[in-house]
Amino acid sequence: MKTNDIILQTVTKITLFVIILFSIYLFFTGHYHPGGGFIGGLMASGAIVLLLLAYDIEMVKAILPVDYRKMIGIGLLFSAGTGAGALLAGKPFLTHAYTYANLPILGKTSLHTAVLFDTGVFLVVIGVTMTIIQTIGESD
Amino acid sequence: MNNLLIIPILIPLFTGIILIIFSSNIRLQRTISGISSIVTIIFTAALAFQVYNDGIQTMNVSNWEAPFGITLVSDMLSSLLVLTTSIIAAACLFYSFWSIGEDREKFYYYPIFQFLIVGVNGAFTTGDIFNLFVFFEVMLMSSYVLLVLGGTKIQLRETIKYILVNVISSALFVITVAFLYSVVGTLNMAHISARIAESGNSGILTVIAVLFLIVFGLKGAIFPLYFWLPGSYYAPPAPVMALFGALLTKVGVYSITRTYTLFFYHDAGFAIELLQILAIFTIIAGAIGAIAFHDVKKIIIYNIIIAVGVILFGVSIMNSESVTGSIFYLIHDMIIKAALFLLVGIIVKLAGTADLRKMGGFIHTYPGLGWTFFIASLALAGIPPLSGFIGKLLIVRSGFEDESFWGAGIVLMSSLVVLFSIMKIFIGAFWGKARVPKNTGKVPVTSLLAAPALLTALAVLYGLGTEAIYPVISLAAETLKNPDIYINAVLKE
Repeated sequence: MKTNDIILQTVTKITLFVIILFSIYLFFTGHYHPGGGFIGGLMASGAIVLLLLAYDIEMVKAILPVDYRKMIGIGLLFSAGTGAGALLAGKPFLTHAYTYANLPILGKTSLHTAVLFDTGVFLVVIGVTMTIIQTIGESD
Repeated sequence: MNNLLIIPILIPLFTGIILIIFSSNIRLQRTISGISSIVTIIFTAALAFQVYNDGIQTMNVSNWEAPFGITLVSDMLSSLLVLTTSIIAAACLFYSFWSIGEDREKFYYYPIFQFLIVGVNGAFTTGDIFNLFVFFEVMLMSSYVLLVLGGTKIQLRETIKYILVNVISSALFVITVAFLYSVVGTLNMAHISARIAESGNSGILTVIAVLFLIVFGLKGAIFPLYFWLPGSYYAPPAPVMALFGALLTKVGVYSITRTYTLFFYHDAGFAIELLQILAIFTIIAGAIGAIAFHDVKKIIIYNIIIAVGVILFGVSIMNSESVTGSIFYLIHDMIIKAALFLLVGIIVKLAGTADLRKMGGFIHTYPGLGWTFFIASLALAGIPPLSGFIGKLLIVRSGFEDESFWGAGIVLMSSLVVLFSIMKIFIGAFWGKARVPKNTGKVPVTSLLAAPALLTALAVLYGLGTEAIYPVISLAAETLKNPDIYINAVLKE
């Protein structure tokens, strides 16, 4: 008998964006409230796992053609690069810089290089989680 | 502030990251990692030179003042160990090019290799006890992967044991750091030392000292805690085995040395006596293993345990001569163990077996290999002009001065055992009638021999140049003996 996942798949389509939005919210709120790159990344990979549950691995690969292993490398490059950027400025490793800027919609916003570091963490967490899950899922 | 001392951590880190991204191109991987290992040696040598000229170098990561942020500290000891690590890493890397095989190379061998070096260099350089834990984990996770990579049956079995032991010891490490933090309220190593000196001795500090001994003893394989080592180090291929044998246990030894000379130097109850007794038992346990086996790899593996015991015996006497001896012996042992494991890798490859009774007569076909092995074994045993001599001499002499006759006597006796065990390999593998194994004919070994031969040459130079190196090593010992130098350099009071 062929099972029909129409309810699961429809709900996934809607929920997916809510989860992704929540993960992005958690990511950006990390400096002032609970949250940050780690939990944001976990939440985002949770969204992709939901996709994996509703569809099969091949389909998800077609929707998100990402090499998660390279993603780990790129994330690490972000984090380590942010740290090493301070060396170029003659400061100790991992010294961060920040400034306040008037952005068009957001108004007065603080821009901090720690966000770049967190972006790296975010990418690495997604990369590692998805590599683990996909590798286990694909091996027979 | 000095950014030079993070360079030995950053270069392998960035190399590893870049190699992850270009994982499919083996030729590119070899080129990048080869270049980066040589550049690392140059920078670490520059760092050691700077420490020798200008005293201890410190760097407050992210520009936070000393007790509040993570501080990286390079004193003479750590910069020498980082230099030795980089040299050994380069040798093992170049050896891997010809021996590790494409299957492993395609599956992130080189990136993980670099991350192992990140962990080891970081553990030697850090000045923060929790950061030390983190670098331990970086090193251990990479070693898990290197141990299991390839997925043969023996590797899988031994990796399970190795991971189990190390996960438990890491949990103990966290608990110990938590204990220490609840007593002194700080994690910066110099600040911890100052706080312990203020608080005076209390029973809980002795408990923490013993807990540290258990934690680092599990990593560094001291007497009752070495049970995992012979099996686990037997499993991986030769260059990985050389890396493990030369670096991983020595990080544990370094951590014991650092914590016992920096934290618990004035009065830690019986912790230091305990260290001395365990060191002596470690030598005995290693000696028994080294005599007992007819297996080439096993003999060298038990020699690691003997060396750990000898170094820690020197540390436990705690006068400046014995500490100098320990540092001499530590660096000598790292270099020579790497060389011996690589040589043994070649022997096993030639013979097709690790059993001494099934090989023989290699000196006829491979004289270069034979004589390199001979010199390396004499250096390991500590025959005078070579590198193992001076360290053991200083340790034994200060042992007798300290009236630890048993300990010093056993260190002396252990040299005989080491010489016996290693000559057993030499006689068994190189003398006698050539017993040609299945792969008949002469296998080219020149490219494989280059790395261990260079390491052996380095060991010989290290032995011959004792007089020149002595001021450097005694500078390192001076910092260990007077923790105030370290504390003042970090806290800048």
